[in-house]
Amino acid sequence: MRAYIAARLATAILVVLGVSAVSFFLTFLTGDPAEIMLPPGATAAQITKFRAEWGFDDPLPVQYWRFLHRAVQGDFGISLRHGQSSLPLIAARLPATLQLTVTAMLLAIALAVPLGVLAATHRGGKIDLLAMGVALFGQSVPNFWLAIMMILLFAVSWGVLPTSGRGGWAHVVMPATAIAINLTALLTRLVRTAVIEVLAEDYVRTARGKGLRELFVLGRHAVPNALIPLVTVIGLQFGYILGGAVVIETIFTWPGVGLFTIQAILNRDYPVVQASVFILATAVVLINLAVDLVYVWLDPRIRVA
Amino acid sequence: MTGRVEQWGSASVSRTLPSFGLTRLARLARRSALATVGGVIVGLVIVAALAAPLLATTDPIDQDLTVVLKPPFWLEDGSLRHPLGTDHLGRDVYSRLIYGARISLTISALAALIGAAVGVAAGLVAGYLGGRMDAVIMRIVDLNLAFPLILLSLAVVALLGANLRNLVIVMAITTWMIYARVVRGLSLALREQEFVHAIRALGAHDARIIARHVLPNVFAPVVVIWTLEVARVILMESALSFLGLGVPPPTPTWGRMLAEGRDYLTVAGWISIFPGIAIMVTVLGINFLGDGLRDLLDPRLRGQM
Repeated sequence: MRAYIAARLATAILVVLGVSAVSFFLTFLTGDPAEIMLPPGATAAQITKFRAEWGFDDPLPVQYWRFLHRAVQGDFGISLRHGQSSLPLIAARLPATLQLTVTAMLLAIALAVPLGVLAATHRGGKIDLLAMGVALFGQSVPNFWLAIMMILLFAVSWGVLPTSGRGGWAHVVMPATAIAINLTALLTRLVRTAVIEVLAEDYVRTARGKGLRELFVLGRHAVPNALIPLVTVIGLQFGYILGGAVVIETIFTWPGVGLFTIQAILNRDYPVVQASVFILATAVVLINLAVDLVYVWLDPRIRVA
Repeated sequence: MTGRVEQWGSASVSRTLPSFGLTRLARLARRSALATVGGVIVGLVIVAALAAPLLATTDPIDQDLTVVLKPPFWLEDGSLRHPLGTDHLGRDVYSRLIYGARISLTISALAALIGAAVGVAAGLVAGYLGGRMDAVIMRIVDLNLAFPLILLSLAVVALLGANLRNLVIVMAITTWMIYARVVRGLSLALREQEFVHAIRALGAHDARIIARHVLPNVFAPVVVIWTLEVARVILMESALSFLGLGVPPPTPTWGRMLAEGRDYLTVAGWISIFPGIAIMVTVLGINFLGDGLRDLLDPRLRGQM
């Protein structure tokens, strides 16, 4: 158990280091960062001065070490566009993104679990067909298109929901739904399969044999066990949810990290891009670490393995 | 950004590779209505892409400012000259859709293919050879999975420039890990199978065992994943294109058509609606095909993807 946690932690640290390397080398993809960061008409003297000032004339390993050293202290450099330290700029937008992604996740779970369980218990019936239809639609629809269609319907035609920005909970409804749709589809399918499998287990037959009511068998024995694997999936999906948020935030001008990062990418604001890629990827690593540890606690069989 | 689950590896392996022939294909079609429907949809999209110059009614990038924002033919003021209407520059929506299929299919098929080649190779090496190679490869997989991929793609495409080649490479980077994971798990199990032990005892080299005995046994799941990954990449490519980081204009892409139509939602909704439907139907068709193929080739995988 302890060895497992230690190994898992070591992996997480390794991955975070890798994440830092990728965020660092992003800047060097195009060759010379100085030429890109400076305005087009910069003279050779200006470029040399800029390089020396920012340390771009040092060997790459030295630069990477410096990047790492500063990153650990939360220093990702000054935003070229905003003239402020990039980390606080991103941190200020994190709550908005969290509100959106967490709502989307809860929404997906709230929809997918009942739908999946009903589909499993009514296998082959109308509810099953409906659930699988929803799943197929959700798996195939481009979420940004769904977002636009929702805006057209609920905001423009009926005027019941606001089109953009962040305010009350009414503002969250459409963007969260758009982000949740793909996850809902995936989870519905997974819950359905997991419940069908668990219902075929011996202990479920025993519970039924004891004369327990079907609802009790489901609620006490079948569903909780079927949901355990879901934890891992939800953790793995967090990266996709964040990715979805990037696109959806742009459509709804939701003032989160996604919208901010897209703007930084389009403006070539490297310190912000680096910081944001690093922070979002690290968040995904930490969440997956947490999920794996929770999973061990939920399913004692893994502790041995 | 359809989600994925990587739980495949645990499946035990002992299966012969189904041979493909026309009669067999016909038999498969009878056995799976789902795959047939998907196959027909995908076939139609491929035909549209290949025969675009024949099927399109006008040049997809021809502007005609005398017929700006014309509705589809079944609406008042619409005409069969522009069956699905025109956009804000008087370009024919139908012809642009037909040509747009080329970009979506090319990028997604190529990216999924490159991803498959890299991923299968990595998975075989990791799973069959094991040891340090396994550890290194799987950490790279973890690292890759930790990134919010759409963000990484956005950053890379924005830095390197949006063109067909860069998009294919970036998309391939987002897809190879799933093959690596699945193939690793399968070859790990295969390595310990009795027939492999027997062949090794007979003196076969590792390379021969991998090529002749392991590879054919992982073929079916790879085909299934490839299909489903093509669908995912189509969604991702259209999202990038929607954000303005797809294949640059004037080449018509579904994602950009959708984005351009956003400004005319209330007066000319069809500009955005049809590309969205095109993406959805194509992805739906590919998912049908993938699901059907999975059931036919490898029913044990049902519900694990």
